[in-house]
Amino acid sequence: MASGDKVDCGRRRLIVATAAVGGIGAAVTVVPFVASMMPSERAKAAGAPVEVDISKLAPGQMMTVEWRGKPVWIINRTKDMLASLKKTDDKVSDPNSDKPMQPAYCKNEARSIKPEIFVAVGICTHLGCSPTEKMKSGSDSGIAADWPGGFICPCHGSTFDLAGRVYKSKPAPDNLEIPPYMYLSDAKIVIGEDKKGA
Amino acid sequence: MKKLLLALLALILVPLTVLASEGEFHLDHAPDKSADPAALQNGAKLFVNYCLNCHSASYMRYNRLRDIGLSDQQIKDNLMFTVDKVGEPMTIAMRRADAKQWFGVAPPDLSVVARSRTSEAGSGADWLYSYLRNFYRDDSRPSGWNNLVFANVAMPHALWQLQGEQVMGEDHKLRLDKPGRLAPAEYDAAVADLVAYLQYMGEPSARTRKQLGIYVLLFLAVFFVLAYALKREFWKDIH
Amino acid sequence: MSAMTAKLQGLLDWVDERFPATSGWKAHLSEYYAPKNFNFWYFFGSLALVVLVNQILTGILLTMHYKPDATLNGSGVPVAFASVEYIMRDVPWGWLIRYMHSTGASAFFVVVYLHMFRGLLYGSHRKPRELIWIFGMLIFLMLMAEAFFGYLLPWGQMSFWGAQVIVNMFSAIPLIGPDLSLWLRGDFVVGDATLNRFFAFHVIAVPLVLVGLVAAHLIALHEVGSNNPDGIEIKKNKDAKGIPLDGIPFHPYYTVKDIVGVVVFLMVCSVVIFFMPEGGGYFLESNNFIPANPFQTPAHIAPVWYFTPYYSVLRSITYPLFGLEAKFWGVVGMGAAVVIFFLLPWLDRSPVKSIRYKGPVYKTALALFVIAFGTLGYLGVLPPTPVRTLVGQICSVVYFAFFILMPIYSKLDKCKQEPERVTG
Repeated sequence: MASGDKVDCGRRRLIVATAAVGGIGAAVTVVPFVASMMPSERAKAAGAPVEVDISKLAPGQMMTVEWRGKPVWIINRTKDMLASLKKTDDKVSDPNSDKPMQPAYCKNEARSIKPEIFVAVGICTHLGCSPTEKMKSGSDSGIAADWPGGFICPCHGSTFDLAGRVYKSKPAPDNLEIPPYMYLSDAKIVIGEDKKGA
Repeated sequence: MKKLLLALLALILVPLTVLASEGEFHLDHAPDKSADPAALQNGAKLFVNYCLNCHSASYMRYNRLRDIGLSDQQIKDNLMFTVDKVGEPMTIAMRRADAKQWFGVAPPDLSVVARSRTSEAGSGADWLYSYLRNFYRDDSRPSGWNNLVFANVAMPHALWQLQGEQVMGEDHKLRLDKPGRLAPAEYDAAVADLVAYLQYMGEPSARTRKQLGIYVLLFLAVFFVLAYALKREFWKDIH
Repeated sequence: MSAMTAKLQGLLDWVDERFPATSGWKAHLSEYYAPKNFNFWYFFGSLALVVLVNQILTGILLTMHYKPDATLNGSGVPVAFASVEYIMRDVPWGWLIRYMHSTGASAFFVVVYLHMFRGLLYGSHRKPRELIWIFGMLIFLMLMAEAFFGYLLPWGQMSFWGAQVIVNMFSAIPLIGPDLSLWLRGDFVVGDATLNRFFAFHVIAVPLVLVGLVAAHLIALHEVGSNNPDGIEIKKNKDAKGIPLDGIPFHPYYTVKDIVGVVVFLMVCSVVIFFMPEGGGYFLESNNFIPANPFQTPAHIAPVWYFTPYYSVLRSITYPLFGLEAKFWGVVGMGAAVVIFFLLPWLDRSPVKSIRYKGPVYKTALALFVIAFGTLGYLGVLPPTPVRTLVGQICSVVYFAFFILMPIYSKLDKCKQEPERVTG
């Protein structure tokens, strides 16, 4: 009676053990295969923090720098521009920046460290086009007579205010992303790196 | 049958192997310093100071030097002169067209030089170790230098301030004519460090590769025991 | 448990009504009866399949990072060469994937040569397995093409000059030769156009054909059934249910056995991949760490080891014949050395298949052939000298004599009586 059972039991245990060890081996082998598709050292080097000199950025002016292959906008906002943010508060979908689209130190009305200097990734949160700047207010912008200035995405028409907050009832779900950044001095900022909690 | 085959094969192949080894310049054996971080770091320093002016190592990123125990800050402070990002590769400012005009040939990229110099005469490291120690004064050459290992080489002796000047004696052996900053033994050690670095740079993953290999083989050994037991278990049915 | 099993059974039934899943499993694995006396030599078929899968997987990943571009980058290095070093350094685990691929290429030939030798030992090419042999030879030809195209891709000195020499061989063909090699290169020298088309052949054209041929090889094998070290047909002796008395189901018996073979094989490959990826300069040649330079041939160039026997035959033919130059006859000799294998099923006239029952003449002939093949291979990696050329010529004669004289000596040989049933 037992001999047959015993054999089967031993055999089953061996099959399970071999399959388990073989399975582990296969799984571990897959790790480098999958990992090889992650960003390479070159991509990481290209994504390294960027130092930007903003001393020549006049009020009302905008400059674009490249960080991780993406456009990053730096805008020196005027008093008027900052004032316009009050007016757009009830027109945008996330006025208090509750969604985590910015580092904690930029969760404020101007969505920036220093109110005037606005830094944002210029990529629409809808499907990744780069919005066009429409900083002039009023009908000159070609959008609407009461346009307070901001950005419009050429792909699907999402509009953003001068703090990168998305207007209500637009395809884009979130405000523009604010990258981590910090001031090295008044004239120099680093994009892509911050002192945690600064 | 099998033995006969092997014996015949050996009979034919042995004389051929003898035929194959021909005399060239006898290379000195480079000391193995691949596991010595201090030597590798010194080698890296020599490399960026003496080689990287003319030769690039364009596949090698500065921050990869963490492999040999250097921090990003140390690399920035001590080794980077031409670029400012620690993730950049070791390129040079010299234009290839200019270099070609000055030296006759553009100095080759040195990233994998240690791997390209392997031959039956010795490893790539042996070749480099011998080459860098066998420059001598030769006024018939445009650069004023010649080399025992690499005859009529276009490169002048970049390390002459360290080694001094050797000349070819009557007996076709080199002797030190003017001493350099380093004593001969010190110079040999410095070159060994440099060569160890070049060898590391040829394949930065080599150490990881060997370490991982041991684990892979151990795993396969365990798996073999199980697979073999399983095979025996099933094949009990057959015979 | 039982509800789950019932559901799975239901799904399987659903599939079986639409696709031969269960019947295919039975036909090719659990009820495919293989002779029970397979020995060491019977591992290499499944190992070849393992290598094929490895080459395809690692190849796909390498394609994601490699660039078939011969133009120079900012540092004056060809983009293709630099992209290989990029894989070796910057791509996470790229070095491992590249070494798996480069080692796999050599392992493929090791395994396939041993697999072919098994055929010579036990008469696996004989009736009724002629088509299996022919599909197998086509696989071998495609494999050579695949290896040749792939070897150009790193764009090192060996890549460049190897391709240069082999493409120029086609120019030996009378009348159309020079135009043919120009057409193959797509340029007046091996250049960017050549690299790009070799890339296309290496990553898609040849692999497609290769996979199709492997399927045909296996279908033909499972149609007639496997040979065995005794060279007798197990289908001659069947039990009441029609199952060969000396046959055992491939699964589980040969699957568990082949797993052991695969593990041992992986250990050997791992030793190469992790501890000697250059394979002593035979798998990755030192000259190939120098970017391709059309103005300077390395002092000593030789093909990769798996091509050297044929390369030696090419070098052995040094005199013109029938008004055509030696170069032409060298190429013909080299081609013939490969193609003659196709004729093997019809050259062998021995009454028995397996070497176990063949007489001393065939054994001697096979031994001489193996020695000649090995020697030619060895000579092929060395620079030629008058002595070596003479040895090469003698070996080439032995090589061809093995095939050409086979119809005579295989018939004359004193063979032993084959047994009725397979032995141990």
